[in-house]
Amino acid sequence: MAFNPQIGTDGKLKHLLTIEGLPMEVLLHVLDTAKSFMSVTAQEVKKVPLLRGKAIFNLFFEPSTRTRTTFEIAAKRLSADVVNLNIATSSQTKGETLLDTVANLTAMHADMFIVRHSQSGAAHLIARHVGPGIHVINAGDGRHAHPTQALLDMFTIRHYKGGFNRLRVAIVGDILHSRVARSEIHALTTLGVPEVRVIGPRTLLPRQVEKLGVQVYHDMAVGLEDVDVIIMLRLQQERMSGALLPSAGEFFKSYGLTPEKLARARADAIVMHPGPMNRGIEIDSAVADGRQSVILPQVTFGIAVRMAVMSILAGN
Amino acid sequence: MNIELRNGRVIDPAAGADRGANVYIAEGRIAAIGAAPAGFRADRVIDATGLVVSPGLVDLSARLREPGLEYKATLESETQAAVAGGVTSLVCPPDTDPPLDEPGLVEMLKHRARSLHRSRVFPLGALTQGLHGERLTEMAELHDAGCIAFSQADAAFTDLQVLMRALEYAATFGYAVWLRPQDATLSRGGVAHDGEVATRLGLPVIPVCAETVALSTMLILARETGARLHLCRISTAEAVELVRQAKRSGLAVSCDVAIHHVHLTEMDIGFFDSNCNLVPPLRGLRDRDALRAGLADGTIDAICSDHTPVDEDSKQLPFAEAEPGATGLELLLPLTLKWAREAGDALPMALARITTAPVRILGMELTGLAPGQSADLCVFDPQAWWRVEPSALYSQGKNTPLMGMELQGRVRYTLVDGAIVFETNSR
Amino acid sequence: MTPPDAERLLAALAEQIRRDLKPETAIVGIYTGGVWLAQRLHEMFGLATPMGTIDVAFYRDDYRKTGLRTGVKPSDIPFPVEDAEIILVDDVLYTGRTIRAAMNEIFDYGRPRSIRLAALVDRGGRQLPICPQYVGAQVQVEGDELIELQRDESGRLVLRVTRRGE
Repeated sequence: MAFNPQIGTDGKLKHLLTIEGLPMEVLLHVLDTAKSFMSVTAQEVKKVPLLRGKAIFNLFFEPSTRTRTTFEIAAKRLSADVVNLNIATSSQTKGETLLDTVANLTAMHADMFIVRHSQSGAAHLIARHVGPGIHVINAGDGRHAHPTQALLDMFTIRHYKGGFNRLRVAIVGDILHSRVARSEIHALTTLGVPEVRVIGPRTLLPRQVEKLGVQVYHDMAVGLEDVDVIIMLRLQQERMSGALLPSAGEFFKSYGLTPEKLARARADAIVMHPGPMNRGIEIDSAVADGRQSVILPQVTFGIAVRMAVMSILAGN
Repeated sequence: MNIELRNGRVIDPAAGADRGANVYIAEGRIAAIGAAPAGFRADRVIDATGLVVSPGLVDLSARLREPGLEYKATLESETQAAVAGGVTSLVCPPDTDPPLDEPGLVEMLKHRARSLHRSRVFPLGALTQGLHGERLTEMAELHDAGCIAFSQADAAFTDLQVLMRALEYAATFGYAVWLRPQDATLSRGGVAHDGEVATRLGLPVIPVCAETVALSTMLILARETGARLHLCRISTAEAVELVRQAKRSGLAVSCDVAIHHVHLTEMDIGFFDSNCNLVPPLRGLRDRDALRAGLADGTIDAICSDHTPVDEDSKQLPFAEAEPGATGLELLLPLTLKWAREAGDALPMALARITTAPVRILGMELTGLAPGQSADLCVFDPQAWWRVEPSALYSQGKNTPLMGMELQGRVRYTLVDGAIVFETNSR
Repeated sequence: MTPPDAERLLAALAEQIRRDLKPETAIVGIYTGGVWLAQRLHEMFGLATPMGTIDVAFYRDDYRKTGLRTGVKPSDIPFPVEDAEIILVDDVLYTGRTIRAAMNEIFDYGRPRSIRLAALVDRGGRQLPICPQYVGAQVQVEGDELIELQRDESGRLVLRVTRRGE
């Protein structure tokens, strides 16, 4: 596997598997295209015929209503046909192998697969085995990547802050287990954000994370100082049983975003969250519903960004 | 059959010999090197010009998958692969299905292997019943059936008291215990080295301390019990240093490294290549450098292939779900030669790591190039290039991270007990 | 070739359209040149119905070859399309594909009573059965030449001919 499996021999984007390795121009192209689709969303007629006749299969090995729904809406706005497949994964009922499932669906003339899986690398495996002309979008694989989420977060940042090259961005929480965090770090550094900070306890930070181009903080108050963008990550309950954290309460005390901690950041800082939020665990309701929160707009931007990704891939 | 190997480059690492000479074989043994013995009539003359004549390779770890796992590989295919790779003797781990914890299973395995007339097979017996780490196996019975030492394969020990007693029991009879240092709980859930690559790819990790904590424990217990300990598949720089210090302090311990870890690192995982899912995991650059340094200064005694055939379905899965292991019997020689070239080492020294050193660890009179010894030989072309392709491998395991690569070093003839058990005409 | 005077063509076009104008006639311009023309016409005629603008980017049929353009402007049709009498305005009529896309887009909004096409310049070379009701001038342009409408700082419209790649 010498060259990037996302990019075809013609140099065009064939799949969207991870932000890592994508040049800045490709990311900006997605953001600019998404901007056009935002105006479509504002129109009275929200549908365009770009992907008419195309079959898009939502292959969700890991359940998710939100992400799947956003992709479905985006696909339908492009006039594509959408098929939803929720494949329950159970180690007891092995049944069909992952690749057999993909092969069967390809035989049903799928043009695009949107894949979510609990294991890192699943989207790459599928992309390696689909026929020519079929595109794969990674909707989240294990801890590895969630590129469309990172793109919509970048769109959000550009929308509120104008650009990237003068920002301080902080990502807070369980970076170790977060595919969103990894994709966001790659996107921020590629787009030229000069300072990307990760804030969390040592148990929730991956080894050598500085090598990704970030600065590490364990003290949230210090880490949030003068920051322009705060991205809060979701904390999953399993972390308590894995001896990584003692309790949600203690996590909130040190790493939850409260109005007091928010005040350390710049007055015009924006607060983001990929959702779904755990109120009172990583974020205080006052902040989530406050004037600096852009969490709801993120969702709208998500549809336009996903429309952009699907149409760029289908046109390549 | 009387065989004459004419005009080859004869390398005997044990004697430190490296010279052009003829080798004469009669009645399964080496009759003479250099001048023909009186009255010698060759039934077959092999022209070994441009070829190296070396003792047969001794591989300290090759999984043959019998009994029980025949869908992955069989004795037929894997012993064929062994002799195609110049391996005349191999040690197989006890993690078959069922594990080798019954003398009957061991006898059957030895009998089957013997009847195939290819490489010699030396089974490791299970150290505990079912490899569960609870009850001891009948080590004396297993030894009589043919087990050369005892091992837990990749099954970890959770009860250290049992481990200590197992070592003590083995020490009673002077049996060696082969253990792979990896702590069960520290490595729980992990599949990749705890480093930069796992961080980027989001893979669950096995920290360095999973190896060093277990290693330190094993060294201390070996010292306590007086058991003869062999450490399998060292992978970290820190572990190499621990072994170095232990040897310096006079502890009689030996260790080996798998050939893939001499060449590959975590970076080779690339875009989640499950052929790089190995146990122990591929580590960082500095670990690989330390392993090479350990081989150079003798801290690490031997190189093995850790041959593990895995069926395609079990590899075509997301990285963490794929079955670990790589095929290796046919790659041991060319990859060892590659290391020697890169390290600027002389051929005899490199060959020692896969011939005389393993023999010393096995504590047996096995291969050697002195008159009177069994003629277990590997005759190979060190210059010949070949491409690693499924059709080029005899093993049923086609799982290798090196698929498609071109390697230098091809076996032409393999002899066991003076009989030609493998030859290839493709020059 | 020297291109004709755009302002004179606009005046001629307006005269043709004026003859068929009704109080409820609606004008829709296609970005970008068509919108400039539609703005001038709308002003000239003092129409009651507000003017519409469309960007055909998402309705083009060559999307798979040329990919998706960025900087797509929002289409805006601020009057009910159902039963409307629409005059569609574009600057240069060539293959006819842009007009086909524009009509598809209009039909997504509703079913007009009629659509008539006004083009400042018709350079021939049609690939679809599209035909303008109002034309400023028919011109002959070489295969490798482009004719386009431009607007200077004072708002004056000018036609320019360039070789492809210039």
